[in-house]
Amino acid sequence: MSDFFTVSVLLATVAAGIRLAAPFLLAALGETLGQRSGVLNLGVEGVMLLGAYGAYYATLRTDSVLLGILVGLAVGAFMGVVYGVVTLALKAEQGISGIGVFIFGLGLSDLLFQRQVGTPTPIDGLRDWEVPLLGGLPWIGEVLFHQNVLVYAAFLLVPVLWYLIYRTPFGMNVRAVGETPEAADSLGVSVNGTRYLTILIGNSMAGLAGAALALELGIFQQNLTNGHGFIAIALVYFGAWRPAGVMAGSLVFGLVSATVLQWKTLGIVAGTTASIVGMFPAVLTILVLVIVSRRTGAPSALTRPFERGR
Amino acid sequence: MPSLNRGRFLARLSGPGVLVGAVLAAAVIGAVMLLALDANPLAGYGALVAGAFGGGKNLADSALKAMPLLLVGVGITIAFRAGVINIGGEGQIIAGAILSTLFVLGFPDIPRFLLIPLAILVGAVGGAFWGGMAGALKAYAGVNEILSTIMLNLVAVQILNLLLRGPLMDPGEIERGSRIPHTERLSGNADLPILPGGTRLHLGVVIAVLMAVACYYLLFRTTQGLRLRAVGHNPHASRYAGMSVERSVVLAFMYSGAMCGIAGVTLVFGSLGHRLATDGGATTFTGAAGFNGIVAALFGGLHPLWTIPASFLFGSLLVGANAMQRAVQVPAALILALNGLVVVFVVASMQARARLSAAAALLRAEEGLSSDPAAPAGETESVREAPP
Repeated sequence: MSDFFTVSVLLATVAAGIRLAAPFLLAALGETLGQRSGVLNLGVEGVMLLGAYGAYYATLRTDSVLLGILVGLAVGAFMGVVYGVVTLALKAEQGISGIGVFIFGLGLSDLLFQRQVGTPTPIDGLRDWEVPLLGGLPWIGEVLFHQNVLVYAAFLLVPVLWYLIYRTPFGMNVRAVGETPEAADSLGVSVNGTRYLTILIGNSMAGLAGAALALELGIFQQNLTNGHGFIAIALVYFGAWRPAGVMAGSLVFGLVSATVLQWKTLGIVAGTTASIVGMFPAVLTILVLVIVSRRTGAPSALTRPFERGR
Repeated sequence: MPSLNRGRFLARLSGPGVLVGAVLAAAVIGAVMLLALDANPLAGYGALVAGAFGGGKNLADSALKAMPLLLVGVGITIAFRAGVINIGGEGQIIAGAILSTLFVLGFPDIPRFLLIPLAILVGAVGGAFWGGMAGALKAYAGVNEILSTIMLNLVAVQILNLLLRGPLMDPGEIERGSRIPHTERLSGNADLPILPGGTRLHLGVVIAVLMAVACYYLLFRTTQGLRLRAVGHNPHASRYAGMSVERSVVLAFMYSGAMCGIAGVTLVFGSLGHRLATDGGATTFTGAAGFNGIVAALFGGLHPLWTIPASFLFGSLLVGANAMQRAVQVPAALILALNGLVVVFVVASMQARARLSAAAALLRAEEGLSSDPAAPAGETESVREAPP
């Protein structure tokens, strides 16, 4: 354990924690926007898996990480259109259809991987990019400014999303549609139009989150996300539907994951203990949910399809 | 054909018609996927059907594959009927399998006629415990049951891996140094007896069907079942009528988990190796039955008896998928993907069904005023109970 408490290892662990927080953060921010407009998307995990596979495969074939990122985004956007039609046009029950999306993503990503790739082939994933000047700072530079581009993007999206939700007309519509769609509708706000857009953005971010995961690890395998998407949904509750709160939660989970990994690398935990430590994220999620479940502030119209005249 | 009764036609359509449409739509998308993967859809589907239904052996395999789906499916049905969503089938199967395995390891010499029922009971308790946790978290702490059951799945997989790599590992594996994560061959007294007929069919299939009938009885013929359904239908009214919503939620999860736990028992003691095993990854011996059972339950209209043929259909698809994999080299994971689509389609069509049956009722009322009342009343009623 004393190996762990050295400055260099601790710094490396915190840096890794921030990096591992990025997929949680991207997915959870997207889910936050969707839930703010009254749509629960439980298919995040499935969309993440598809985005991860798309990004992995594109990078494997073209050696272009940028193309991988774009494919991840595009896969997410496509799933957003599908989920929008299913929940808005067809008014399907959101909880169960999200599970359908999850099962679909789990099966399809595995199918494509087995058929198109077969054996796990590592790719050259995202490289760290040192921010000029800031990267040279002692300690802070190493932890915060030696990250890959998707980590910067994820954390920059926190203020961007805050601004979008609280300071723009679109964000006003999103909140109105999520709280009292009838009132928003009577004022001429397109309820389903707004929701289509939030679903599209949210699913694109889930696809990007999957891409971040695959490109950081440089590998794909069956069920690569292993609960990331569902934890991201829990983080929305934890963050009380606010971008900053979601960021705090993502950092906690990133740091826990990084610590677990570091302990395994250093041999502090091995064999059966590693399995016990491997339960941490799931158990932590349940504990978090117990603590925040009585929290008020959920959008009033969450999961309620909008029908004019009801 | 007598005068076309549009009301009756619509009622038919809103019943099984929509469900068949959902599977056909998924099949069409599957064909497009096969084409995109450079595989011949006709050859693929041909191999699938032949693999699933061609001959007694294949039919028996389909029934065996359907067995855990049916048990999980009726469990899911109980939960859905009580207004809660149980995605924790995987974890509850594992919990039931672990607990019954421990029991049989501890008491291997109990005579067969006693050990099998006891193992099933213990497995049911294990599943009920794992499901009950999610129920209690939902009822008394307000935790979203979808998220908690998914997390409990992850925990169960870790516990399984921990036990099979540690204390429960087959001593022979440790001796040989091969260290395959599975238990020793479990007591022969716990082997589920093979049914006569020369196939691999074993008692587990019978147990699954019996459990489906029992759950039908529970849901629709007992006071407790009425309470569960009432809470699922309208928790506020149920509370006002003096029922405990919390108790119903926990109970529904325990029943649901018990069914999944029994599925775990049949998977372990009916397996070819007669042992509990894992591949060390996210998928274990369950074969994703905890998820595929949801599809069977939804396809069975959330009715325990209709879940029997629905499970058989999806079980046979899974068996056929393996034949398809051999014939056209497209991984069997295709069926899991298509099952996800079936879920989406079935749920999406529920609204359409509701509209269709409303239109049908309207038309029937209009036609009833003009046409002769020859048709016996109630004949056009849908056989199945309407989903909540």
